[in-house]
Amino acid sequence: MNHRYRTPLSVARGLGSSKDGLGHWWKQRLTAVALVPLVLWFVVSVIAVAGQDRAHVLSWLHSPLHAVVFSLFLIVSLYHANLGLSKIYEDYVQVRWLQLSSRIATDFAAVFLGFAGVFALLRQAFGG
Amino acid sequence: MPMTMNERPLSPHLQIYKVELPMLLSGLHRITGIALSVGSILLVAWIASAVYSAQAFAALSHFLGSFIGQLMLFGWTFSLIYHSVSGVRHLIWDTGRLLEVKQIYASSKIVVAITIVLTVLAWIVGGGFPGGAL
Repeated sequence: MNHRYRTPLSVARGLGSSKDGLGHWWKQRLTAVALVPLVLWFVVSVIAVAGQDRAHVLSWLHSPLHAVVFSLFLIVSLYHANLGLSKIYEDYVQVRWLQLSSRIATDFAAVFLGFAGVFALLRQAFGG
Repeated sequence: MPMTMNERPLSPHLQIYKVELPMLLSGLHRITGIALSVGSILLVAWIASAVYSAQAFAALSHFLGSFIGQLMLFGWTFSLIYHSVSGVRHLIWDTGRLLEVKQIYASSKIVVAITIVLTVLAWIVGGGFPGGAL
């Protein structure tokens, strides 16, 4: 009658089925909390400049405050997106190699977008 | 004959359940999350084109001003606002609050209402409807 759903090896390792589930959960919540003020800032200020001409956008990006907060918004939201997408792959992509390659491709894309975005922001902020 | 696998509890399939607002919103949270992930490409393209190339910025602005571009921007605004409002509800749930069934139905309606108001407001303030500022 003693149903055991975990293998002896997983008991020995002391890990559940999700391995790093708590760490993932915590990082997702932490980035979510950080995104609350960042999104508020983003919606209020970026919507105001989104329709403007290039010169206006550039002078807006020249402000160190805007460059720093925009960089933070990019980095934190890309990290949060990467965490969320990896969960979606785990839930819906059953084929192991496809799941792994999707995660790797998303990791690379997130890092590329983060570096490209922050580099452009810094270049403008430092008056490139 | 019964193997260990067969004794494991199984969750009923999605189609078994009656469609209700909270489950639609749960799915929408994921869908808007995916949309925002894809949308981040557009955001980086917007910054990079503004910084590096007047030509690319003009082309992107022209596209965003088109009907399809405006539709994408509207979807992006909606996704950002919905995912944020719904995300705050998730954070409240994480503290163990508002988890009663009645509260979940009520808060679902509140999430929808706040999302609609903020999305319309953002769109009006942004001045971006068909052929708008972009």
